[in-house]
Amino acid sequence: MKSITARRRHPLARYAVLFLALLLFGGGYAFLAPVGGKADASIAQGANAVDDIAEGKKIFEATCASCHGVNAEGTAMGPSLIGVGAASVDFQISTGRMPAAAPAAQMPRKAIAPVFELPLDQRKPGQPTIDTKKVAQVAAFIQSLGGGPTVPTDADVDPATGNAAKGGELFRANCIQCHNFVGSGGALTGGKHAPDLGKASAKEIYEAMITGPQAMPVFNDSVITPQEKRDMIAYILAVQNQPHPGGASLGVIGPVTEGLAAWVVGIGLLVLAAIWITAKRRQVND
Amino acid sequence: MSEPKQTVPKPIAGVSGYIDDRIGAGNFLKRNLRKIFPDHWSFLLGEIALYSFIVILLSGTFLTFFFKPSMAHTVYEGSYAPLRGIGMSEAYKSTLEISFDVRGGLLMRQIHHWAALLFVAGMMVHMLRVFFTGAFRKPREINWIIGVLLLTLALAAGLTGYSLPDDLLSGAGLRITEGVLISLPLVGSYATFLLFGGEYPGFDVIPRFYTLHVLLIPGIILALITAHMILMWVQKHTQMPGKGRTEKNVVGAPFYPAFMAKAGAYFLFTFGVLAGLGTFAQINPVWLFGPYNPADISAGSQPDFYMGFLEGSLRLMPAWEINIGSYTLPLSVIIPALVPMGIIMTGLALWPFLEQWVTGDKREHHVCDRPRNAPVRTSVGFAGITFYGVLWLLGSNDELSVAFDVSLFATTWFGRIAVIVGPIIAFLISYRICIGLQRKDADVLGHGVESGVIKRLPHGEFVEIHVPAREDVAAHLRGKKEIPSLEAPVDERGIPAPGVRGLIGKVRLTLNRAFRADDIPLEEGHGHEEEHKAIGAGSGHKADH
Repeated sequence: MKSITARRRHPLARYAVLFLALLLFGGGYAFLAPVGGKADASIAQGANAVDDIAEGKKIFEATCASCHGVNAEGTAMGPSLIGVGAASVDFQISTGRMPAAAPAAQMPRKAIAPVFELPLDQRKPGQPTIDTKKVAQVAAFIQSLGGGPTVPTDADVDPATGNAAKGGELFRANCIQCHNFVGSGGALTGGKHAPDLGKASAKEIYEAMITGPQAMPVFNDSVITPQEKRDMIAYILAVQNQPHPGGASLGVIGPVTEGLAAWVVGIGLLVLAAIWITAKRRQVND
Repeated sequence: MSEPKQTVPKPIAGVSGYIDDRIGAGNFLKRNLRKIFPDHWSFLLGEIALYSFIVILLSGTFLTFFFKPSMAHTVYEGSYAPLRGIGMSEAYKSTLEISFDVRGGLLMRQIHHWAALLFVAGMMVHMLRVFFTGAFRKPREINWIIGVLLLTLALAAGLTGYSLPDDLLSGAGLRITEGVLISLPLVGSYATFLLFGGEYPGFDVIPRFYTLHVLLIPGIILALITAHMILMWVQKHTQMPGKGRTEKNVVGAPFYPAFMAKAGAYFLFTFGVLAGLGTFAQINPVWLFGPYNPADISAGSQPDFYMGFLEGSLRLMPAWEINIGSYTLPLSVIIPALVPMGIIMTGLALWPFLEQWVTGDKREHHVCDRPRNAPVRTSVGFAGITFYGVLWLLGSNDELSVAFDVSLFATTWFGRIAVIVGPIIAFLISYRICIGLQRKDADVLGHGVESGVIKRLPHGEFVEIHVPAREDVAAHLRGKKEIPSLEAPVDERGIPAPGVRGLIGKVRLTLNRAFRADDIPLEEGHGHEEEHKAIGAGSGHKADH
């Protein structure tokens, strides 16, 4: 206090006050603005980035570092996360794949870990329970380590701006050999599998394409343009959500379940009918 | 009341008399309407295939009204939004139109497809019934061969049928067909060009498959079914052994009215099940597969179930090939495509003759064997089922891998071992089960059945009184026929009969012994005395042998 008192008449003091005032308002605005709207859209930007990164690092150290290493450099248990980008973090955590329950050939989609869920008093009925702020903080930390794909905005993944038919062609050319013709999933080698896309959101599909999680290859913007990605998202969501005009879908995995139904239901019922028809006479005789 | 019994209203009598005088059908009908059919639920299984075939013909005719068998390129602008603006063949487009725009089209498509599955499945269960009851024996060998031909043709009908919509899934099957054809040594490339009219896929294959599918194959199937039925009619149906049933008679109900009513009811059951499946279970949703493009392939690409064993053998086969100079012999395609099919189809066709050769049995058989009474045949049958079943199951190894969370490679290796070891284990287990069941039969005839009456003996032991088996049950068990022996008496100089001389003769004799080994004689009356004595004397236990 003494030094401030001594120097408040300093010729440069007015400039210092002006600078601090600007910093306060500018920083305050930058801090408050994203809270009102797209929280996840402006990661690693603005003056709060440093705070987010620091906060993210704390969560990372508590939740992720045991497998990925304190500096995300990777260990025998988990890969390095340097350069995977914020999109990868957002995908892995929001689909519940990370934090993993145990090391395995492939991490299954599961419920979001409690550490990334909102506190009970902040949850709203009908809303996802994921704490997007915490996820964004970890994403910001990982993004700060070596860059990588950033989390797409809502506009980036809007299926309404995609052409489903065109996306269908791209989907058939690029995805179905692993994910099956409507994305019901399929087997891969070495205990891995291509997951069912039925539960994936538009944003998750987009993130999966740009980050290539687990066994999936990366479809970057030079291979599949952002517009083509939206086309594919439009197709996937359309076929996943459309009704089945032919009746029960039988899992939409092709003729395997159809053959099962033909034998169990078809032959099963007809054998019962045959037994019934021929059993009548026996009862009369007895 | 005193009127003659055969009073027929004059209009009917007049018309029928007119027709009868000119066609002479009266005698024919009188004779055949009284044809006796034996009654057993398993005798109706073949009718599943017959009635499914009728449904296939009717629904298929409907589909031909709207289907365009053309590979001509077109752009879809129909009512299914996710494919609008996409280039495709006329065949695929017209299938989409049948599915979405033709009234009742999707239902007809689905009934047609379900009926095709039940057609083949019905043939399979019918064939198993005939095999396990020995109903293929003399004089029915020719009808058995017709049946094997029908099964083979059904597979061809299925393949040509599900390829027609030119969708992505069936295209995978077409590609495998091409791969098998081109893998044939020497003639492969020529045969491929012959079928596809040039490079795969070309423009010719769909129209050609269409002609095969709607004309040639169903025509032959129809002719063979007719022959199958006529032979069955003329030779009369086999019957299960039982009271009053001999090789000379048929015990059952007359065709008219009893059997006709049952057959009619069973047709309606079959039609009902097919209509129910077609209404409530979606089959072959071609709109989801997308149009065929040789560059695309989907996970979970499987053929219909009757081709599953070929798919499985292809998936299990290691990647072997032989390279001679610039020629490649792709064993990894030829072996899975031809060997399992050859083993199963050739084995089925030859089995009646092989069995007759081994048993030397030239008798006519109109009374069925119970499977237990021909343990070798039954065990060979179960070995065959296991062989086929493992291949069939492993045709869906990717779906199994995902559904049951096992490694894909583990399923492949399981299949490679099981396809060889499985049939052997199945043979041994079913053989022992047959012997056990024969012992049980011998026990029932020899010692009677448990009466539920518990008797206390003077020294305190409790025994259950056995009573002779019911007459019809006993008659059923006594239907067992002895397998003839080739063991010819050796003449005075120790030379065996001509039929069992030489290497082949010795093999035949060995097989004949194997067929007869462990044949449990029915110990008629043997045990009663002992048991009564046991109860009377109060000393023994219930049959411990």
